[in-house]
Amino acid sequence: MLTLTPLEIEALRLSLLVSCCAVVGSLPLGIVCAWILARLDFPGKGLFDGIIHLPLVLPPVVVGYFLLVVLGRRGVIGSLLLHWFDFSLAFTWKGAAIASAVIAFPLMVRPVRLSLEGVDPGLEQAARTLGCGPLRTFLTVTLPLIAPGLLTGLILGFARSLSEFGATITFVSNIPGETRTLPIALYSLTQVPGGDEAALRLCLISVALAFAALLAVDILARRIQARMKA
Amino acid sequence: MLTVCVRSRLGSFQLDATLNAGSGVTALFGPSGSGKTSLINMVAGLCRPDEGRIVIDDRVLFDAKAGIDVPPEQRRLGYVFQEPRLFPHLSVRSNLKFGWNRVSVAERTVDFAAVVEMLGIDHLLDRRPAGLSGGEKSRVAIGRALLASPRILLMDEPLASLDSSRKAEVLPFVADLAKRFAIPILYVSHAMDEVLRLADTLVLMAEGQIAAAGPTEEILSRGDLCPLTGHGEVGTVLSASVDHHDDENGVTALSFSGGTLLVGRIDSPPGAAVRLRIHARDVALATEPPRQVSIRNILAVRIVSVTTTLDRQVEIKLDCGGAVIRSQITALAQSHLRLTPGMQAFALLEAVTVARGDIVDRPAGHR
Repeated sequence: MLTLTPLEIEALRLSLLVSCCAVVGSLPLGIVCAWILARLDFPGKGLFDGIIHLPLVLPPVVVGYFLLVVLGRRGVIGSLLLHWFDFSLAFTWKGAAIASAVIAFPLMVRPVRLSLEGVDPGLEQAARTLGCGPLRTFLTVTLPLIAPGLLTGLILGFARSLSEFGATITFVSNIPGETRTLPIALYSLTQVPGGDEAALRLCLISVALAFAALLAVDILARRIQARMKA
Repeated sequence: MLTVCVRSRLGSFQLDATLNAGSGVTALFGPSGSGKTSLINMVAGLCRPDEGRIVIDDRVLFDAKAGIDVPPEQRRLGYVFQEPRLFPHLSVRSNLKFGWNRVSVAERTVDFAAVVEMLGIDHLLDRRPAGLSGGEKSRVAIGRALLASPRILLMDEPLASLDSSRKAEVLPFVADLAKRFAIPILYVSHAMDEVLRLADTLVLMAEGQIAAAGPTEEILSRGDLCPLTGHGEVGTVLSASVDHHDDENGVTALSFSGGTLLVGRIDSPPGAAVRLRIHARDVALATEPPRQVSIRNILAVRIVSVTTTLDRQVEIKLDCGGAVIRSQITALAQSHLRLTPGMQAFALLEAVTVARGDIVDRPAGHR
């Protein structure tokens, strides 16, 4: 009961790989977008904000279809990638990571933006007068101060990536060992007769994974809090 | 030497200021909203003037015509803000070293240990700012700015957020700074007690304009500037030095260019420089040497000018061995004594206040 079947290990490995790549890969862009939303004021900011939040309200299948149209083998950008670099995201785990990243992006940006808005610009001014340029100020003062927000963003994004289904299956389909992540594997098992027990096991694995992630955040968040107060 | 000449539109008024800040403490004094902080922010590079020029020690920091605007991190100015603005994620030590680490070893003008020792913060080094008291935070903020080895230290009401006892805890450190580290200080304040205590040069600011600038004693003795200095009463500010202490009678003898004055015992050692404040109302006049009076401070003076003010009062400017003292008497007394410029007289000083008694040249490392 406690040993995992090769199919389960495969799905778990893929899920972790796709989710990690999705959040880590999109984090820098997420920070940039959060910074733009928190600090800049420009015409069309509402539109920019709306585009970033769109995946949160759209059905994931729509996002997946959109990705297929843009990045698929015959897509606007996808065909160019294929032509120039002989590289395609369609039907690969990298495509699954892209789909997860797009879906999880608004969840990641929001807490980072909120914590950026909470940083006293006076501290950044102080760092400037103490000899730090804008980039260094951001790295040594702003970034450590928004660490709790970054952590929350990462975990929310990670959790959303783990549970990603609609956009992934639409964009990169259901290929064992390549794009069959935990939720897709679970869905496949429910589609075949006699798959109930295996489906239940995958369910429990998902629950355990989610719990472990939440626990890790809690411990890290406490550490950060304690460090600021000591 | 800092030279500022800037003009800028700020909300409802126009900032138009020209000022020089050399060695020692230059106080920028004025009511809230007179543009003091904006001006100091322009010097620091945190805010851009519309036109003008800012130069320090031959290095141009800002020149609108030449298109020069050196970013704040390259200006090498120390800035102590109204709030301490310590970095909450760093220890006190890392806060102190934040600017220090950015300065090359060759350019460091202050010693880490000396600053920590002078500010009395060595026991706080491993703590986080969140656990410090207001006075401790202020001292760390001052140390952090100082350790960046600045060409000039800008202080924007660093004591404004402290209550009076905390203020008394930090003020002596600020007073010591300019002397011990030989760094010029531009000190923004709207508290006259701080100005009296600290400033060598006083710049008065009102509604974005510089109303007057000059040595503190001179500016505070000018009757016409009273509405701006907030000193309701006309008076004199004199520099003197401690001559000797008379512990038996609990008095200290101070000598200044016009003679000797007795005040209640102060702590400063003989030779120390002090600043005295004498209200014009507390100076009585006699045309003959008075005998049998309780007043101990009697000075021989020469009358320089006699001015009748609106409220049946007469303001008399006196010369006392080169020092200027002001006296205010009633028009009735004036008509009786018939005082005229050039006359010799005797000034009876009823009260002498020591405004800056404990700013002294102490040997380094001794407190």
